[in-house]
Amino acid sequence: MIEVEKLSKYYDERAAVADLSFDIGRGEVIGFLGLNGAGKSTTLRILGCVLLPTSGSVRIDGKDLASQPHEIRKQIGFLPDTPPLYDEMTVGDYLRFVARLRGMESSKVEGAVREAEEKTALSDAHEVVISSLSHGFRQRVGVAQAIVHKPALLILDEPTSGLDPVQIVQMRELIRGLRGHHTILLSSHILSEISQTCDRLLVIHDGRLVGQGTENELAGTGSGQVELEVVGATERGLGDQVISVLKASGLVKNVVIKHESSGLVSLTVEAPPTLRPQIVRALVAANIDIQRIDYGAPELESIFMQLTKTSQGAS
Amino acid sequence: MSPTLLIARRELSSYLRSWNGYIIIAILLAVGGLLFNSAVLGGAEKRSSEVVAFFFFGASGFVPIASVFFTMRLIAEERQTGTVNLLYSSPITDSQIVVGKYLSALVFMFVFLLLTSYMPMLVLVNGKVSWGHLASGYLGLLLLGSACIAIGTFGSSLAKSQILAVVITTAIVVAMLTCWYLAKVTDRPLNDLFSALALHGIHFPPFSQGIVHMRDVVYYLGVTYVALFSATRVLEARRWR
Repeated sequence: MIEVEKLSKYYDERAAVADLSFDIGRGEVIGFLGLNGAGKSTTLRILGCVLLPTSGSVRIDGKDLASQPHEIRKQIGFLPDTPPLYDEMTVGDYLRFVARLRGMESSKVEGAVREAEEKTALSDAHEVVISSLSHGFRQRVGVAQAIVHKPALLILDEPTSGLDPVQIVQMRELIRGLRGHHTILLSSHILSEISQTCDRLLVIHDGRLVGQGTENELAGTGSGQVELEVVGATERGLGDQVISVLKASGLVKNVVIKHESSGLVSLTVEAPPTLRPQIVRALVAANIDIQRIDYGAPELESIFMQLTKTSQGAS
Repeated sequence: MSPTLLIARRELSSYLRSWNGYIIIAILLAVGGLLFNSAVLGGAEKRSSEVVAFFFFGASGFVPIASVFFTMRLIAEERQTGTVNLLYSSPITDSQIVVGKYLSALVFMFVFLLLTSYMPMLVLVNGKVSWGHLASGYLGLLLLGSACIAIGTFGSSLAKSQILAVVITTAIVVAMLTCWYLAKVTDRPLNDLFSALALHGIHFPPFSQGIVHMRDVVYYLGVTYVALFSATRVLEARRWR
């Protein structure tokens, strides 16, 4: 649905986005992952038709962004990093205004507004003036304005920024609820956030794409760490036994014993986290009981650190 | 409803919901009323037409001031709050945004001018007023207002804060007002240029006398067009930055 080719955006001499190319299929939920200033917002603003690229092409549904911006704008819903709200309007008036502005037929506006309010749990706030809403509500109105005209493509720039944990969960549920109705692009620098909502991640660093794929695919690109806690029948030499089993299985690169006491061993195993099931199976086959198995570090975080580090090393 | 009118209507309703518009109109009406009162009641007896001409000339001084305040928020506020991104990502052109904004302020100006109409009406109590004179004067005020509002829209498109918008618009309006004086003190061909640019001193006085020259009408419409065109260009340029 979206084809981005060699997209670049320069601010004076500085490249905010450089040679970015990617494809996105219809109905996908895509997460843009990157540090602050990585070029996520710039990319989304270009896709949202707010900014024009310095070079490169963007095609949405086969239509070129540079030559047919109007056709494209009808099909997108955009939530910028700050929700574009008119404080003095009520939620209902505001959504009606946006629906009409986005070119919706007047007869369909009222129904569409009610529907958007329902999806974003704003029905009770229909008559409320926007300036009196809390941050979480404002963010939801921001999502409502992006979906009110039923766009094929939904672009959400950091939809969870500044929300409290409960609101983050609600926003995540909300975005999950929108799956299937729209192709969704969303950005975040909170790693765990994005992996739970998205089908696929695009990792951006310094304006370049440094990795893409599902969480598991990305995990395969680096070697993570797995923490193991093992209980054994034999009291002595359990650690050595575990090490020999794991080494024999050929699944792991390195094993270090962190702590060993009678019948209980903690180990740090260097292996891709995706191999966890195989590691468990190998140990159980050797009659070793596993008490606990953990990620060494939050997985995405380690993937992310690794990807950005590699790109820095390369550049 | 066309996007232009949609934007104009939203803008106007937000004027009416905030206090700023009312306060500006109230202050200008109060000061204008006092001036009119002292000028008409004080001094020697005057002809009705002189009083009406005086009223229009005085009101034409209030129009640029009102315009600066009516227009300061138009686009600057949208940039300040980020709502301009909503307009940018919608299927509307930049000129529709600019014209919509301009129209909303023009309607507000129209309301302001309507509220001043009680002053020339007072002349009817003890004198006679030609309806043609009134129509010509108000046409002049509206045209002057249109030009000033277009300049204000341009000023607001350049600025990121409303204060800066006021400063830019005031600077442009004052510069164009003083062109009248510069036209007086310079020689040909400079004085021709200055008199062609003068916002008030050369093109407005005939209206207040009840005379409508085509060249004056064209002048004000021309200023309006150029300023709105420039504002559109500024919005377009913003998409590159």
